[in-house]
Amino acid sequence: MLDNLSLLVDAPVLNAQLLLDGLFIGATFALAAYGMALVWGVMNIKNLAQGDFVILGGYIAVSLSSVGLNPVLALPIAVVIMFAFGWITYKLIISRIIDRDLFTSLLATFGLAIVMAQAMNLIFGADVQTAESGMDTLLLGDFVTVNEIKIVSLVIAAVLATIVIVFMKRSRMGQAIRATAQDVRAARVMGIDTDRVYAFTFALNSAICGAAGVLISMIWVIQPYFGITHTIRSLVIVTAAGLGNLPGVIMAGFGLGFAEQYAGFVFGAEFQQATVVGLLVLILIVRQIQQARHRQVVQ
Amino acid sequence: MRPAMAVFNKLLYAGILVAGVIAPMLFPDYTLQLALLWIMILFSLTWDLQGGQMGYNSLGNIFFFGAGMYICAVVQIGLYYDVADYTAAFGAVKVDFTDQQYFTGLALGVIAAAVASIGLAVIFGRIMFGLRGPYFAIGTLGVALAAAELVGTWEYVGGGGGISLPVYPGDPDVRSQFFYLLCFILTVATFVCLRWLYTTRFGLALNAIRDDEIKAEAMGIHTTRYKTVAWTVSAFFLGMSGALFGNMIGFIEPLEVAFPTTTFGIFMVLMVLLGGKGTIWGPVIGAVLFHVIKEVTWTYMLGWQWITLGVLIIINVIYFQQGIMGWAQEKWPERFGLVVDRRTTISSKEESA
Repeated sequence: MLDNLSLLVDAPVLNAQLLLDGLFIGATFALAAYGMALVWGVMNIKNLAQGDFVILGGYIAVSLSSVGLNPVLALPIAVVIMFAFGWITYKLIISRIIDRDLFTSLLATFGLAIVMAQAMNLIFGADVQTAESGMDTLLLGDFVTVNEIKIVSLVIAAVLATIVIVFMKRSRMGQAIRATAQDVRAARVMGIDTDRVYAFTFALNSAICGAAGVLISMIWVIQPYFGITHTIRSLVIVTAAGLGNLPGVIMAGFGLGFAEQYAGFVFGAEFQQATVVGLLVLILIVRQIQQARHRQVVQ
Repeated sequence: MRPAMAVFNKLLYAGILVAGVIAPMLFPDYTLQLALLWIMILFSLTWDLQGGQMGYNSLGNIFFFGAGMYICAVVQIGLYYDVADYTAAFGAVKVDFTDQQYFTGLALGVIAAAVASIGLAVIFGRIMFGLRGPYFAIGTLGVALAAAELVGTWEYVGGGGGISLPVYPGDPDVRSQFFYLLCFILTVATFVCLRWLYTTRFGLALNAIRDDEIKAEAMGIHTTRYKTVAWTVSAFFLGMSGALFGNMIGFIEPLEVAFPTTTFGIFMVLMVLLGGKGTIWGPVIGAVLFHVIKEVTWTYMLGWQWITLGVLIIINVIYFQQGIMGWAQEKWPERFGLVVDRRTTISSKEESA
């Protein structure tokens, strides 16, 4: 462990590699986390199946690329399929738990996560898979390698994030979503069909997750049971950044990407998962201490 | 309570005790399955102490189960051998424990597991009970997942490869009977303890916390202390059950056996919801029913069992959250000693309609 740490100090170029990889993977984390924050903020639902939506999007890309379609071109198809999937999920499950207590939404989406993970295991098999994009690897300097697909995916993530932001700011539906998040009753009085807004929000989240999944399947690996880790990543980012704080979500996403890369390098690859979960617990503890201090100030 | 009900209750308890003792003799092939059933009942009873009676929905109670399992194993082995050597040998070196060594180790291991679980519950209680609502559920889930990952990388206790526990000195049939009886006694002790606890002021304080925590605090209940004590009670029994379960299985590893957050950890919630939370019999009924459903689907629907289970969770949570006991209480409130003034019920219904 200490050897790895001194290696980082001795050879700074390794840091560049880790930071770059963290940047590329962190962008996809930020996308999925933004979707979670959206649903959390608008509908007050904590979607524990978030990671499984991501993995499902990845499998759509893998299946399409296995019939010869480039995964980059598969992205719009995956987004459309995932949008429909999210809408159906909302109508079947989420619409029934939306005004119930918080634990109900946690448990119901956890059940959904189990069903999705196992269904994907039955359909696609338990092997680790990746969508081959057939792009070259670039060599920056002497040591740092970057696969071109990673750069492409970073660009796509940035474009998608911009589209979503502009959509939320400018379009009628985006305005309706933000109005509903502020005050449901007032939105209803103003003639907004809130049920439709909820359905659209959840479907949009699902589509964002699907896009993130396609990117992850191109630059990394997917497996049916990786969903829970992606869910926890989104939870870490959203809890650290807070709701409705888009710059915070992006920064936290990159931060988590860096943290994972460094922890994986310094402690060994088997610690990568433990880092994510450990960070979640750490952030909750820190938040709690902050709140306790706040309470004392109020007293 | 009417005298007829009291007699019926006595007969019921006696019947369950007799059935518990003779069941492994009637079905010797299923002894370990039956022992697992008692452990499931213990799971749901201890979860209901927080989730049902106190209103704190923990998703990480399984943490104490795994912690107890590992502490017991380390004590059992560490009393007579070096644990690091033992786990490094990875079962290649056959280590024999004498009868006396085995039983002393087991007894001390279970006690150590119980005591250490109490300590862990106090530590994590201080950290976790500042979190409310969903953050508490997510935080406890995080603790259980983190424990599984960290134990999996800790070579001293065997890492992801796990530890095989000392072999029971004697006949395998006697072994399963022995562990069955221990699980049975532990679960009955849990039931009796919790049933008594719910009749005391302590139980009332827990219910007050569930109904309105801020009001309970304003009434002078030291809520954090009560919550922590309730968690230590759960941890105490869960730690011991983990110690017994580890020895019953004979081999433990972090992800599937010791900290199975997505299986046993979620089953305990589901069993309570199925049976009806906040009641003493609900968790028991839910656990028995769930165990039967699980075994049937595992046997006849292999490959689809997780999908069945997930759908069961969703349907249970959405349509039937009050559970079997909750439904029965709504249907026949008089039998449960609840007094319902029909007039107010009807008039309030008319008002809302």
